[in-house]
Amino acid sequence: MAELHQTAAHAEHDHKPHGWRRWVFATNHKDIGTMYLIAAGTMFLIGGLAAMAIRAQLFKSGMKLFDPAMFNSLTTMHGLIMIFGAIMPAWVGLANWMIPLQIGAPDMALPRLNNLSFWILPFAFTLMVGSFFVPGGAVAGGWTMYPPLMQQFGAAFPMLIFAIHLMGISSILGAINVIVTIMNLRAPGMTLLRMPLFVWTWLITAYLLIAVMPVLAGAVTMQLTDHFFGTSFFNAAGGGDPVLFLHVFWFFGHPEVYILILPAFGIISEIIPTFSRKPLFGYEAMVYATASIAFLSFIVWGHHMFTVGMPVAAQLFFMLSTMLIAVPTGVKVFNWVATMWRGSLSFEPPMLFAVAFLFLFSIGGFSGLMLALVPSDYQYHGTYFVVAHFHYVLVPGAVFAIFGGVYYWLPKWSGRMYDMRLAKWHFWLSVIFVNVLFFPQHFLGLAGMPRRIPDYAPQFTDWNMVSSIGGFIFGASQVLFPYIIIKCIRSGKPIEANSPWEGAHGLEWELPCPAPYHSWQTPPSETMLAHGTGH
Amino acid sequence: MKRSRLGRLLGTSVLGLAGRLPLAAAASGWDELNMPRGVTSASRNIYALHMMALWVCVGIAVVVFGVMIWSLIFHRKSRGAVPDVTLTHSTKVEVVWTAVPVLILVGMAIPAARLLLKINNNTDPQVNIRVTGFQWGWRYQYLGTPVSIISKLSASSNDASQMHSGIRPSAVPHYLLSVDHQVVVPVGEKVRLLITSIDVIHSWWVPDLGVKRDAIPGYINEASFTIAANRPGIYRGQCTELCGRGHAYMPIVVRAVTPAAYQAWLKQHSGPQSEAATHPPAAAVTRS
Repeated sequence: MAELHQTAAHAEHDHKPHGWRRWVFATNHKDIGTMYLIAAGTMFLIGGLAAMAIRAQLFKSGMKLFDPAMFNSLTTMHGLIMIFGAIMPAWVGLANWMIPLQIGAPDMALPRLNNLSFWILPFAFTLMVGSFFVPGGAVAGGWTMYPPLMQQFGAAFPMLIFAIHLMGISSILGAINVIVTIMNLRAPGMTLLRMPLFVWTWLITAYLLIAVMPVLAGAVTMQLTDHFFGTSFFNAAGGGDPVLFLHVFWFFGHPEVYILILPAFGIISEIIPTFSRKPLFGYEAMVYATASIAFLSFIVWGHHMFTVGMPVAAQLFFMLSTMLIAVPTGVKVFNWVATMWRGSLSFEPPMLFAVAFLFLFSIGGFSGLMLALVPSDYQYHGTYFVVAHFHYVLVPGAVFAIFGGVYYWLPKWSGRMYDMRLAKWHFWLSVIFVNVLFFPQHFLGLAGMPRRIPDYAPQFTDWNMVSSIGGFIFGASQVLFPYIIIKCIRSGKPIEANSPWEGAHGLEWELPCPAPYHSWQTPPSETMLAHGTGH
Repeated sequence: MKRSRLGRLLGTSVLGLAGRLPLAAAASGWDELNMPRGVTSASRNIYALHMMALWVCVGIAVVVFGVMIWSLIFHRKSRGAVPDVTLTHSTKVEVVWTAVPVLILVGMAIPAARLLLKINNNTDPQVNIRVTGFQWGWRYQYLGTPVSIISKLSASSNDASQMHSGIRPSAVPHYLLSVDHQVVVPVGEKVRLLITSIDVIHSWWVPDLGVKRDAIPGYINEASFTIAANRPGIYRGQCTELCGRGHAYMPIVVRAVTPAAYQAWLKQHSGPQSEAATHPPAAAVTRS
């Protein structure tokens, strides 16, 4: 046994690549996870710059920093960059780092596929961001890319379609890797119903990805052939229908938003039990609720299209199915609260972000319920009320969960503790100003302000001004995040124990900090499993 | 140069905020908080449904956030709280907090479904208007009459909205919400709109009427409204589906007048009209 270990250690020293080869030829899940997170962070800052430009333009009525076409490009690329460049790669990065650690596996099942999945992305991101600099500028049809408007753009249009295909392939391959890893590489004794919720939510997310990314590919390819090869999928004069695109896109689009949030649910389900010093309440209910949400996500897509002229019976169906999704989502919120109830709570940065998530994601959920009611939606659709809703579930929802996850696991990755005082500054600035930024947008939508407009009537100025100020300060506060991480890696206080968090359970906390470059080369013992699965 | 522009910007924002304290002029933007009740039975019923849903959400929030806040205060480790590690699951509680939300949702769905069916009843209209969206304006054709209007952003708003115009929005009447030719309708009569487009997807929305319907090229969508007989006036709306560079610059202005005044207006406008050249309408399919 000792000989085997020695040989393995030698092999590690002999064959571990150094320099640029370590990263370009990476097959280690920790290295690939790190690269995904850095890419996601970079795209978050670029998408954030676009947002700052948007809020500057909307600071007051009559502000004319940008030509309206450029403004439309900014809103379009802000959405595409944040969704496909920031949040989705962040989830894959966290999956890469944590899934093998949490299930007792030595790495992902398909390490070279993992490498390909990552390295596709810089090409896709270059195409997307580069599309600003071609004649005609970036596409300006919204991230939803409806035809016939999308057909009016120049060279950026095929660039974007190609980028979407590349990102889709990356996601599908990554999802396959996740499923194969979870189904095949769990350590002996790690049964499915013993897995941490983060692993469960990623398993379910992976199935959603495989189901719907091909649908998006189909939708954008049909636009491509309409434009270049004379088809008429979305052109009424040729026998087609623009609304067909909306159906196909949103059939992808709705499960997509659950892809964006399910891993967040998983992270919150890891953090709250740790900082409540109490197991997750209702573990099995949480698994079933997540699976229900995933299933229901396939039959609600019409709620993005209530004003498009669907038959009334269809509008009614989608209203009811959409309202139904509130039930398993509510069950999850209640279970998180029950986890905190009669726990012993402490408020380190991960817990701060998790608690903020509970309050603010729920507010996003309430506006979602209001949007589900079709007659009311006739007044909300296409206005800032919708913008407020999805930013609440995505920013203090998904993004706060990402922050919480990084602050939770950074000690495991780096072996050092970060500056907690600075992290708390990051939290408080973020949580206060994210509300200053987005809450007034509910008012703006109700008062009649449409979305995707570069200028507006003067009665909307006051709340827009408040929102913009919130945006500038929220945006500026995000600079703290990379600073805290870099400072931690360079000079954070080394951690002696396996876990800096008193109440933490999970196999990752049975490993040292930092986790060894190759971990779980021997499977975890039964004692580790018993201690490491806190329910 | 840069510093003075930044200084001006900061100065504007501080003064702008101060000048907009709620004590200031009547048409204050701070009052823009909620959906208008509007002037049709549809808009009023939608408002009522919206407020009902809002109060339900507020009620649920008070309860759930209340429990959370209690826990955040009284179950802190710093207060000496000891975790109850046996409190890990309860089937009874899961059933209750699944069933109660379902009942609340059913209670909300019934009035919503009723209103949905009522709003989408487009039978027996007294006036039919074909509404055609284009980049960037609206054309209104009063079916059964020769009356046809093209309605685009008013010249004063258009001039002010240009880059480097130097004209402040507050100096322009109804900036971005005024047009050269308003669409005139009678109060107290059911007006049915047949909405389409000749280029990209647009959306016709007037909040006070409670009507929003997409304008899809090659297809016709129906929507209808009846303005309360005692509510003549001007009602403004905007295009609500991104349609290119001019999306923010194609408003809708509805002038509601007495039926007699409407008839007179129709007669007056039945002469030859000069229209901007538009594509002839393609064969269209009605979508219910």
